[in-house]
Formats: sequence, C-alpha cells, structure tokens
Amino acid sequence: MEREAFRRANENTMAIKLPIYMDYHATTPVDPRVLEAMMPYFTTEFGNAASRNHPFGWTAEEAVEKARKQLAELIGANAKEIVFTSGATESDNLAIKGVAEMYREKGNHIITAVTEHKAVIDTCKRLEKEGYRVTYLAVQKDGRISLDDLRAAIGDKTILITIMMANNEIGVIQPIAEIGAIAKQKGILFHTDAVQAAGKIPFNVNDLKVDLASLSAHKMYGPKGVGALYVRRRNPRVLLAPIIDGGGHERGMRSGTLNVPGIVGFGKAAELCRQEMATESERLRNLRDYLNDKLHKQLDEIYINGSIDHRLPHNLNISFAYVEGESLLMGINDVAVSSGSACTSASLEPSYVLKALGAGDDLAHSSIRFGLGRWTTKEEVDYVADKLTSVVSRLRDMSPLYELAKEGVDLSTMQWQTEGH
Amino acid sequence: MAYSNKVIDHYENPRNVGSLPKDDVNVGTGLVGAPECGDVMKLQVKVNPQTGIIDDAKFKTFGCGSAIASSSLATEWLKGKTVDEALAIKNTDIVNELSLPPVKIHCSVLAEDAIKAAISDYKKKQTADGKKAETVAQPTA
Repeated sequence: MEREAFRRANENTMAIKLPIYMDYHATTPVDPRVLEAMMPYFTTEFGNAASRNHPFGWTAEEAVEKARKQLAELIGANAKEIVFTSGATESDNLAIKGVAEMYREKGNHIITAVTEHKAVIDTCKRLEKEGYRVTYLAVQKDGRISLDDLRAAIGDKTILITIMMANNEIGVIQPIAEIGAIAKQKGILFHTDAVQAAGKIPFNVNDLKVDLASLSAHKMYGPKGVGALYVRRRNPRVLLAPIIDGGGHERGMRSGTLNVPGIVGFGKAAELCRQEMATESERLRNLRDYLNDKLHKQLDEIYINGSIDHRLPHNLNISFAYVEGESLLMGINDVAVSSGSACTSASLEPSYVLKALGAGDDLAHSSIRFGLGRWTTKEEVDYVADKLTSVVSRLRDMSPLYELAKEGVDLSTMQWQTEGH
Repeated sequence: MAYSNKVIDHYENPRNVGSLPKDDVNVGTGLVGAPECGDVMKLQVKVNPQTGIIDDAKFKTFGCGSAIASSSLATEWLKGKTVDEALAIKNTDIVNELSLPPVKIHCSVLAEDAIKAAISDYKKKQTADGKKAETVAQPTA
C-alpha cells in the first residue's frame, strides 16, 4: 500500500517528455526487446533464408520459422499458414487479388464495406475495372455493418467477403465471428484486415472462422516493412494466385528474399503482444476511458465517433463541434494525434470513414483520433486532455459557428455559400 | 504542414477577434464558406459615416490555421481604409504576405470573398437607409 502511494507520488512529479505520441494507430515504436532480438540478423546472422546448402542460410531459415510459429500462436493458426509480406497493404492486395484470380471461374463478386482501409477499397476498385463486381456495404451509425445487409448482398457469384476486424480511424470492431459463420455457411471465403486488432485484442482465426487475415508488424511494436497474410490450409484449403512472381518463396505465394531481421522482429513482437495482451489492453482501456471522461467533463458538445462498446481498448475518436481539426492540431502541436479534417489529408477530403457514419461532414472536419499505446502514461493523458480543453475553448471563442449555435441558429438548416469551395 | 511564422503568429495571437452589432447601419457583415467544406468566415467592418473610412473590423473563423490567419490579416488591413480601398485587397496579397502554400490558397480566396461580402452588406444597408432618408426628405424639399 505504502509502496503504491510512493509510486503514484513519484509518477505525478515525473516531468512529461514532449512531444507526446498518441497516434499508435499510425505506427508504433519498436519495442526494445524486439530490436534486441532483431540485431544479430543484420550483421552476424545475415544469411538468406532460402540458402539451403550452408549454415548461414540454415540459421536464417530457423529464425524465420521461429517467427512464423510465434505469429501463428498469436492468432491460433498453424505456422504453415503464415505468408510473410512487405506489409499489410501487400497482404490485402495478395488476399483479394489472389482469391479473385484463383476463383474467377467460380464467380466474380466480392463484398466489402465502405469503411475499409484504402488498401482494400482501392484493390477492389481495380478489380472492378477488370470485370469483377464489388458490393461496398454501408455501415450503421455506430460504424458496424448490418449482417442482414451482408446476407442480402450474397449471391451465386460471390467468392470473397473482405471486412476488417477493427477500423484504423474509429477503432470500431466488426462482428467478425458472425460474418465468419455466414461466409462458412455459404461456402464463401472470408478475408479480414486484422492490422489494428491483432496483438491488441483476442483474435483467433478458428474461433472467428477467418480464411485469410492481414497483419502488420509495425502496428504491434515491431519494425516497419514487414507484414503477413494468414492463409487457411484446411477446411477449406485456400488457394491464391501470387501477385509477385519469382523464386517461389513462401510456397510460391510470395516470391522475394525474406526480410529476416524484420520477420524475427515481427515474431518477437507477436510473442510479446500475446503474453502481455490481457494486462496491456486493460491498462489502455482504463486510460482511454479516463481520457474520454475527462474530456466530457471539461467540454460540452463533443461527440464520440463510432460505437464505444465495440471498440479497440486503445482507441478514441472524438469530434469537437464548431472547431476545425487542423486548427485544433496546430494548437496542440506538442501532441501527435490525427484528424479526419480535409486539411490534414493528402486528398483534401474529410475522412470517408467518418462521413460513412452519417454524422455530417462538419463533424468529420472537427474530429481527432487518439491512439494510446504501450508507453502512454496517465500524466500524458492528463496533459493532452487539459491542453485540448484550453485550445478547443479558445477556438470556439473565435468560431462563427459556435456563436451562431449559441444564438440558437440551427446550423444544419442555414444556407451556406458553398460555391467554389 | 509547415506554416510560415506569420501564419503561426496570427493563429496564436489573432487580431480583432469578435463581433460588431450586425444591425448597426454602419456595420457590414460577410459570412462566407460552409461547415461541410471545413471553413466558415465571418468578417465585419464598421464604417465611420463622416469620413467613409473603416474604423473597426472584426472576424470569427471556423477553419484551419491559414483560414484564421487570412481573416485576421484581412481585419488588420481593413482598418483605416476607405470602402473602395478595401475592395482593392486581393487574395494574392494575402497569399504573399502569409507565404501560403498552394493547397491553402482557397483560404485567401475565402478572406477576399468575406471582405467583398461585408462591404456589399454595408453598401446595401446604406442604399436602403438612403432611400428611406430620401422618402422622408422629399415632402420638405
């Protein structure tokens, strides 16, 4: 008891290091334990895992196979079902294009959702140009798809359902087990982009009846530039047409010399996530809830985007009404977070994920995504909440929308001059 | 997005934030942009009826840092200008002064639109008021 009090007192006096990183959905730092595991494979153990006739190759191959096992264990798969890639974008491409080509004779219809990552959406769009038909399911207000919509979309020609486990912007978790059951019953393959979920919440490919799953190392405290695709081998055995041809690595599904240090790091990262998931997710959920409560206590008219119940424990996405996201980010420039504002995106369009929730573009422009992670502290959360409160208040004082709303004007029925903007 | 020091300065210390009485006959109000586009500017001028010079200007902006800076700068420039001089302010002047990057040029356009809308509102009020004055004045003439 005494020691706990001392620890807390000590924590409170600890200086906060700025800038604060609260954008763990974008990427995560490499865990020092992961880096340590990787180090030998850059220099002394530099062999090519495909070299079959000397110890340099054997050592590398052994390291890769260990990582494959570590990763398989995280998701309840068999090591032989893991295909290493350059990252989750490649995994999504391989899963979708690989199935589309391989099962072309069976059908040409794919079902996905409007809130998927661009790696899935744009892959589907390309396939549409090649004669495939794609259904983009709308989401409900809470960000989840409707299972009835899914059932209604399935036809004779449907070969693949690709729905992400958890969304990268709003952290909303889709009903994956239910989708898996529907897919299985209809004999349709089911791919899920599990990048944001794997390592953070329980994800078991057999419990969820997933046939293909995309994973990324750098979202789970591993290095950038390495990902994986889980490809089911039994019941059913999923076949994929490769998109990269070459030396026949990864059982022909993905040619190219393996990124051995990256893969070793991925394996170690997966192992750590598996071991620490329960305590880590509990800690982050408490911190996230604390951040949410604090913001709600200190500010009015703030709105959570997406379901709070079906949500990653370390995600919070909030719209601060009457304040534009980029100006908000400018005011908290010692805190790294993301916004759904058009001004912060490369496309200059507000977040399509938030737009899909139907809350209105103005709330998309006003949104901030918080991603908490392994090194987020309560002190950081306090700092971020207090700083945001003061910046939001200041910006609202200079917001014509806030003024109008306080005068009782209904902003949604006002005539705005939108021409040319 | 790396901002120029001038944009940061206007963002951190915005000039002339606030509102003028919009029903005042000597106040012109411009409200441009739209919430769904991510920027709305309200810009107001108060013209001295004796001299015809803008002696106060205020703004409120919902928008990114460049939009806030563009409208803040506009209010600075408006003060002390005649209505005609105010209409001569071009968005390119704002772009140059704040070193706005190409993706932020629309913020300066919006500020120019806001100036024009405010002046136009002021002029409309003057004509309406003038007409009223005329009709009142006629019988005694």
